[in-house]
Amino acid sequence: MGNLSLFLQHLTNGISLGSLYALIAIGYTMVYGILRLINFAHGDIFMLGVYLTYFGILYTAIPWWLMFIIGPALTGVVGLLLERVAYKPLRDSPRITILISAIGASFLLQNLGIVLFGGRPRAFPVPHILNHVVKVRGVSINVITFIIPVVTILLLIGLNYFITKTKTGMAMRALSRDYETASLMGIDINRIISVTFFMGSFLAAVGGIMWGARYPQLMPLMGVMPGLKSFIAAVVGGIGNIAGAVAGGFLLGLGEIMLVALLPRLTGYRDAFAFVVLIIILLFKPAGLMGSTQTEKV
Amino acid sequence: MRDKRRTDLIALAALVCTVVVLLLANRYLDDYKIRIINLSGIYVTLGLSMNLINGFTGLFSLGHAGFMAVGAYTVALLTMPIPMKEMNFFFQPIVPWLANVEVGFLPALLAAGLISAFLGVLIGAPVLRLRDDYLAIATLGFAEIIRVVFTNTQSLTNGALGLKGIPNYTNTWWSWGVAFFTIWFVSFLIRGSYGKAFMAIREDEVAAEAMGINLFKHKVLSFAFASFFAGIAGGLLASLLGTIDPNMFRITLTFNILLIVVLGGLGRIAGTVVAAVIVTVMMEALRFLDESINLGFIQLKGIPGMRMVVFSIILILVVLLRKEGLFTRLKGRESSYAEN
Repeated sequence: MGNLSLFLQHLTNGISLGSLYALIAIGYTMVYGILRLINFAHGDIFMLGVYLTYFGILYTAIPWWLMFIIGPALTGVVGLLLERVAYKPLRDSPRITILISAIGASFLLQNLGIVLFGGRPRAFPVPHILNHVVKVRGVSINVITFIIPVVTILLLIGLNYFITKTKTGMAMRALSRDYETASLMGIDINRIISVTFFMGSFLAAVGGIMWGARYPQLMPLMGVMPGLKSFIAAVVGGIGNIAGAVAGGFLLGLGEIMLVALLPRLTGYRDAFAFVVLIIILLFKPAGLMGSTQTEKV
Repeated sequence: MRDKRRTDLIALAALVCTVVVLLLANRYLDDYKIRIINLSGIYVTLGLSMNLINGFTGLFSLGHAGFMAVGAYTVALLTMPIPMKEMNFFFQPIVPWLANVEVGFLPALLAAGLISAFLGVLIGAPVLRLRDDYLAIATLGFAEIIRVVFTNTQSLTNGALGLKGIPNYTNTWWSWGVAFFTIWFVSFLIRGSYGKAFMAIREDEVAAEAMGINLFKHKVLSFAFASFFAGIAGGLLASLLGTIDPNMFRITLTFNILLIVVLGGLGRIAGTVVAAVIVTVMMEALRFLDESINLGFIQLKGIPGMRMVVFSIILILVVLLRKEGLFTRLKGRESSYAEN
């Protein structure tokens, strides 16, 4: 295998990992854009999405492709309920209080996962059609590596249409621009926030399913690291900005794979890569790559 | 002035009570309960040190686990007997300059605090100009980097294998002695000009700067003090447990401390102390949920993980019902999160 084909292989791996980070990062950035809240439970929502789909495929007669839609929808409902129960009552409290609630929700989902699903890793039943290796000009690629970016791009196009063209999407943007004024203009805040949480959780669950198909090992704590890294992707891209979250996701995914591929000696530091990038970006562009800098009002 | 004297009297009474309780506890309680008392003391120190940054100075920092790791490893490597080090580092020998070092507990603790504080200044200087959530994420990132580095530096920290056989110097006098020193130090600091500056920064950064407060100096100072105590607490913990590994110092640990700070009330010393004890005791008291209970007529099987489920439900309920913290009477001064 030539150097070029090896490089291409790393590139496809990086792009597919980056797509997954991007999908999860969107949920963080949408919630932060509207509520200024780091939804720490988002990574665990991602985990829940994989498990719900897993159980749906194994224990119901629903075909897997339908479950790949029902699973994320159910996860979306869980995300929506989470906001109603744990965040909504605290909307007027100090920011740190709601953050604690988010941390509590994250603990709760993780440990419920351990109690209900068991601590032992489970194998995700990947349909064969998604999981076989094809050779394109000497580059062997697993089909799923190819599917992940395609699905991601389709979802992004849909999301973009929703945000820019529909009324709900416009209301979302208005809320994230100016919360109070938007609410004075008659926007139903509760509905918009619920939609935001539903969509963010839905996308995270889709990302989770593809994650499960790519790395088929399910654990109740599997959401922690991808969650953190995706959050970093959102911050690096400029939090509150959806295009930024996508860019940040690809940057981190590609960077992580390339670091391991080009400098194998640093493999152990793989998990630190995202944090190093984060700190460097924050120091030179505190609002992220695509974020708008806000001037301090006195 | 009468008010100050009254506070001093209350503090003195609390000190005397604690000494009496500790004397009685050491005499009558078993090892397990003594260990919980030790942990409570360590968490008091941790809670106060985090409250100094998050509560008094209003900087949102989530880097405590990292500083604790630095302190824990410093104490472990400095106090461990030389033959024990050879046994631990069977995979790859320890770096030569640490191989033949063995010092007493107090110098090791001080070193832990100082190294941790030094690292705090080093990290704090660049990131402390970030605001709110950005600062939180950056400090959290540094804590994670410290953990990853400790996992990979085999010849310095023994990597993922961790260190075993750290001498158990920590007893109730050490843990609560340090806790009381921290209480005294933080209240002393807060009463003085530094404390006033910290709180001015918390209330309004721009106004504080306009009044001539050196933002950078005070922020770094607050960060350095907090990391000093976090390092010492980490050292006490290492010496109490006898075994450490990098995975102990995950974000979860920082969250536990943050929980204490918020339940006790931001910027409240007595509240933090009470919350630290309650949270530590409760974490242990809920342990029965993980184990089987025999009620005589019925055998309830314990479910592993149930303890943390109940714990997190209690946490969410407390936050939902007492929005300003368990022991606070003040109205929250911080901006609510929907405000922009």
